[in-house]
Amino acid sequence: MAKRDPQVPIGVVILGATSSIAIATMRRLAAQNAHFMLVARNSDRLTAVAQDLHTRGAFAVDTWVMDLDDTAAHAEMLAAAAQRLGRIDLALISHGVLGDQHAAETDFQFAAAILHTNFISTVSLLTWLGNYFQAQRAGTLAVVSSVAGDRGRKSNYVYGASKGALNVFLDGLRNRIDRDGVQVLTIKPGFVATPMTAHVPHNALFASPDRVARGILKAIERGRDVAYVPGFWLFIMLLIRAIPGRVFKKMNL
Amino acid sequence: MSPRQDQPQFESWGRYPKYPAELHPLFWKEDFPAANAPESKMLAVGMGRSYGDVCLLQHGTLLQTPNLDRLISFDSQTGRLRCEAGVTLAQILDFAVPRGWFLPVTPGTKYVTIGGAIANDIHGKNHHVAGTFGLHTLCFELVRSDGTHVVCSPTDNQEWYAATIGGLGLTGLITWAEVQMRPIVSRSIRYRSTKFVGLDEFLALSHASAHQEYSVAWIDCVAQGRNFARGLFLAGEHDENPGPLTPLDKPRVVMPFDMPAFALNRTSVGAFNTLYYHKQIGKRRSGLTDYEPFFYPLDRILKWNRLYGTQGLLQFQCVLPFDSGSLGMTEVLKAITASGLGSFLAVIKVFGDAVSPGIMSFPVPGVTLALDFPIRREVSFALLDRLADITAEFGGRMYPAKDACMRATHFQQFYPQWQQFSAYVDPSFSSSFWQRVTGLG
Repeated sequence: MAKRDPQVPIGVVILGATSSIAIATMRRLAAQNAHFMLVARNSDRLTAVAQDLHTRGAFAVDTWVMDLDDTAAHAEMLAAAAQRLGRIDLALISHGVLGDQHAAETDFQFAAAILHTNFISTVSLLTWLGNYFQAQRAGTLAVVSSVAGDRGRKSNYVYGASKGALNVFLDGLRNRIDRDGVQVLTIKPGFVATPMTAHVPHNALFASPDRVARGILKAIERGRDVAYVPGFWLFIMLLIRAIPGRVFKKMNL
Repeated sequence: MSPRQDQPQFESWGRYPKYPAELHPLFWKEDFPAANAPESKMLAVGMGRSYGDVCLLQHGTLLQTPNLDRLISFDSQTGRLRCEAGVTLAQILDFAVPRGWFLPVTPGTKYVTIGGAIANDIHGKNHHVAGTFGLHTLCFELVRSDGTHVVCSPTDNQEWYAATIGGLGLTGLITWAEVQMRPIVSRSIRYRSTKFVGLDEFLALSHASAHQEYSVAWIDCVAQGRNFARGLFLAGEHDENPGPLTPLDKPRVVMPFDMPAFALNRTSVGAFNTLYYHKQIGKRRSGLTDYEPFFYPLDRILKWNRLYGTQGLLQFQCVLPFDSGSLGMTEVLKAITASGLGSFLAVIKVFGDAVSPGIMSFPVPGVTLALDFPIRREVSFALLDRLADITAEFGGRMYPAKDACMRATHFQQFYPQWQQFSAYVDPSFSSSFWQRVTGLG
């Protein structure tokens, strides 16, 4: 984000505001005079998050309850966000599902649902927001993707494909609107200790949502295009991508 | 990523006893699981900083609360803070101190949750003036396994309020609580530390500084003869001169490995104690210090319990009422010094007469002593049993949050109200401690 007057609140839209990574990021922003518009589908949870940010000193917190899978309702919600905030400076897209890989292998409906939430609905949001920021000639579009999009693995390639497609889309969108002063940031977290991963044992590679939030805010501040968070995932993924296909296909990852 | 195969162990701070546990992290207040079978039990657990087995449940499910970490409201005029039960005292301090507010009561670690603070009705260096945490807990919500939500306060559902404060987490899940904070104008504490020798001098110092908000003493539980019961008495107050409220960023040291068991022996502990006692040359020292080292000297070494190795440690804390004078405490200290097992982390303090609302609350007016012991099999357990006998003989009681081995007979003597309390225990909740000291499921 460009240099700004600290007296003027920043307008922040969070799509998927009950995600742990989003919450940790917002807590850090709350101290920086932010006006939030929070969007999520569970109203009790959304209220809990809004109260937390309000108590922590956010300038103001607006909420909007909706299922982001409902792409037909995106435009109305985003227009309302722009109107309530006066101006959107930062949009963080953090909704997503891990999905049931096993079910998706045999039932296309499961695969389609994962692709719809993680990719199709995000494309709908990005289309509106990309054009909004382009017209405004400023703004940051930060999107939570995943290291899983860097290479397909048998254990979660449907999720990985949704994030991989998203990464390609973001590359292209950046190529189109970066020249208009819009930052398009692809965030690639590794393992994060969130409800999404609560069912797996946590090893040393797991990061806290707050650590990921710090990485996101640093990447926004420095105008990055792609951020692996924590940073060591860049090296892990370089190694994983470097494994020759004939070897990779025999591995259990 | 495959589903969990091995059952992870959940350790309490003493790392004894150890049981495999079914862990169920709660992310939202509404996540409370339906009891799947009447015989399967559960227990809420926060940071696991209690020492023994009050936060453990063998063959049950531990509902982990640290992700219930949201603030709900804060009134900057009155200092009333409402937050979810998994918020830690550290998180509260980070939020409140820059706004000019401090915890009403804090224990020696800030890494405990507010739910745990209520369930154990914790106390701190200001017990003689402020009483326990429960006295400053304005209200909280208790969720029972039958799905009922009970908002408890001194005026509403008073009996559940009284049972849950100090109720060891057995009355149900605390989802949020509201606490009365106390105002400060500076992070600094004005302190004075004074050397003493003997319990009578300690009691005289405690009496003389009864008007000071905070007081505690470190006591040497190794030295015998003319150095018996020597120590450093520490008193302090929040500085009344306006000063900085924003935090200092101090790097923390993590205890990187488990010490071998032989590292803590009579010689090493005795040497440490002698050095610690003499770190202060003069009889008295005073000055200003940040609240962090004043309240939380051990928090700077994260995971200090690893000093005791993987076999863990036993904590002991008792309170003996004043009417026995210093006789009972002298017996306790003699038994400890004679055993040679005393550690350097021994603290002694006078409790005041503020009465907690909690039925099962530990503190009563008198002198309290807390210290830890390495686990040397039978010797350590025999010593703790002896200390429990002395405590019982002098009409005192022991602190469940620090206990891993007291006998059921001792517990029932210390807390004769336990049967009255057990009527409030949620039928789906239990703990290994509760099973041990009551024989109930």
